[in-house]
Amino acid sequence: MQNKMKESDPILEVKNLSASTDNLPILKGVSLTVYPGEVHAIMGRNGCGKSTLSKIIAGHPSYNITNGDIKFLGENINSLEPEERAQSGIFLGFQYPIEIPGVSNLEFLRVSTNARRKFLNKEELDTFDFEELVKEKLEIVKMDHAFLSRSVNQGFSGGEKKRNEILQMALLEPKIAILDETDSGLDIDALRIVASGIKKISNAQTGIILITHYQRLLDEIKPNYVHVMSDGQIIKTGESNLALELEEKGYEWTDNFIKET
Amino acid sequence: MVNENLVKDVVKEPYKYGFVTDIETEKIEKGLNEDIIRLISQKKEEPKFLLDFRLKAFKKWQKMKEPDWAGLGYKKIDYQDIIYYSAPKQKQKISSLDEVDPKLLETFDKLGIPLTEQKKLTNVAVDAVFDSVSIATTFREELAEHGVTFCSISEAVKNHADLIEKYLGTVVPASDNYFAALNSAVFSDGSFVYIPKGVTCPMDLSSYFRINSGDSGQFERTLIIAEESSSVSYLEGCTAPMFDTNTLHAAVVELIALDDASIKYSTVQNWYAGDEEGIGGIFNFVTKRGKCLGKRSKISWSQVETGSAITWKYPSCLLLGEESVGEFYSVALTNNLQQADTGTKMIHIGPKTKSTIVSKGISAGNSKNSYRGLVKMGTKASGSRNYSQCDSMLIGDQASANTFPYIKSQQPNSEIEHEASTCRISEDQLFYLQSRGIEFEEAVSMMVSGFCRDVFNQLPMEFAAEADKLLALKLEGSVG
Repeated sequence: MQNKMKESDPILEVKNLSASTDNLPILKGVSLTVYPGEVHAIMGRNGCGKSTLSKIIAGHPSYNITNGDIKFLGENINSLEPEERAQSGIFLGFQYPIEIPGVSNLEFLRVSTNARRKFLNKEELDTFDFEELVKEKLEIVKMDHAFLSRSVNQGFSGGEKKRNEILQMALLEPKIAILDETDSGLDIDALRIVASGIKKISNAQTGIILITHYQRLLDEIKPNYVHVMSDGQIIKTGESNLALELEEKGYEWTDNFIKET
Repeated sequence: MVNENLVKDVVKEPYKYGFVTDIETEKIEKGLNEDIIRLISQKKEEPKFLLDFRLKAFKKWQKMKEPDWAGLGYKKIDYQDIIYYSAPKQKQKISSLDEVDPKLLETFDKLGIPLTEQKKLTNVAVDAVFDSVSIATTFREELAEHGVTFCSISEAVKNHADLIEKYLGTVVPASDNYFAALNSAVFSDGSFVYIPKGVTCPMDLSSYFRINSGDSGQFERTLIIAEESSSVSYLEGCTAPMFDTNTLHAAVVELIALDDASIKYSTVQNWYAGDEEGIGGIFNFVTKRGKCLGKRSKISWSQVETGSAITWKYPSCLLLGEESVGEFYSVALTNNLQQADTGTKMIHIGPKTKSTIVSKGISAGNSKNSYRGLVKMGTKASGSRNYSQCDSMLIGDQASANTFPYIKSQQPNSEIEHEASTCRISEDQLFYLQSRGIEFEEAVSMMVSGFCRDVFNQLPMEFAAEADKLLALKLEGSVG
């Protein structure tokens, strides 16, 4: 199984990536390769650089890449704008989804979906056709239609915000989804809904990176690889049982690791 | 960290309406004195009461001083260097649109306001004002069938002198302020609306003001009277050519609503704003006020102010009638070196009166954008309420936003509520939208129109879409 996957080309290749913000180094040589169909989990203490890694892959303007490359479907994307990355199929599920007052969720989702469709040379959807599509996708995250008429994420509960993220993922059908602590702040039922949503959307052609602190998400979506980050580096990579071990022993256990080069 | 240059590029869209119509005009000599005023009045064949009104106003104006309390920076205006009457030359009496100079029709066509029978807008009656005179008013017969009068104010002076004499200057007296006095002395044209008792105006009424000559001021005067239980929605649009000199626009608008009447007055102001260095542009010094004279009457102002080098206006409501309602919904966008000082006055005089103020200021470039408003509860305004919300959005780090809410209450049994906020387009919001594939510029304009949503919702449908587009155009290049 593992080998078969690797016969194809990787979706994402992060090579020896270093990055800083305000001249403060955050990432110090991260390498990570994701092949189609793979699920990678990234764990590690708060502040270790997990979220930064995800934002840099998505193109956040606050970070400067000081060394290394990010390749998506074989192309270097270091200099692409965030919207170009998104249109070509990179999706970042935010840890804290942003509220945008006055902008209707429905319109936001439609403009966003059409931007991706345009890139894929698919016909852009008008309001009516989009309504049809979004109805179908709402099912996946068990969201009520009423969410669509509210402002983007405004007044949403933590769980609603996260479900709205997965709804966006469902609409955009990305090649790779990086989900930054999508499980945090969810109750057990919401976690199941979100996890089953992610599973429904992903397939043998897509890659997933789950950034998480908790085993419970990984119980629902079993990762092929688990990476442990510390101080801007991946200090250990293992299979799914590594996450279990971490849960048992805590991050202190990883303090003893020396970076395996 | 937001890329400043990118932001700037977004706001730089060239002004689409900057062309000049090459047309022969009849202009009187520059300058202002009693003879000039007599000449204007004579050209317009006005009755004596109006000439007296003008002359009285002129005397008052001479004794007044140009106000400086708004702290607006501009070069002193030389009032003797302005032409106070400028009209395109055409035949004396025009009986139908066919006789209007095709150049004028073409001008309004270009502005998106077709006037001819074949092309005119189907759901809105338009009064088109070019420099000092009204060119044409559409749908007059249809409106007349409902008893609605919609014509230029010059025409109303001739045909409805009684109404003009009764109401002109009763809401904004000539002595009200410097620019109102000037307007009262020299006003040239504008629109007049009369809605009789019990009539709901069958379509939106609209005036389109076009300044064409660079050296003449525009001083239009609008008067709207809504009799008992009547209602009307009125729209106003404005554009001007690009000149490197400043043109003075000092209008007065008076609204009167009797028992159970309602007037909705919407403005999309897009006068030429001057260039990036602040050269040229219109000085928009306007006095707009409505009087809710009757019980349960309602006056609602909504405005989208995007143009002019300087905007200085406070559409206000005098709430006299018991349970009358005043509303003010405003979006003011400034860019480059534009200055806007705008807001409202809600004067609660009668009992159980209600007012709502929603103001959204967006400042980009090096512009200054201030909200200035007064809410006053008089001694008899028992059980009255006001709610005000003033939000500012800053784009870039060179623009400024201010809020000056003045509150005066002489009535303990009344409520005044004020909320204010200032925000920036945050990098996180932009990144969120961009990370969903939405282009930078579209993301900015989405957020700006989201910010203005509460106000746009108050605009008539066609206007709301136009306002959205206009804002996006104005901001193109300003955000990054």
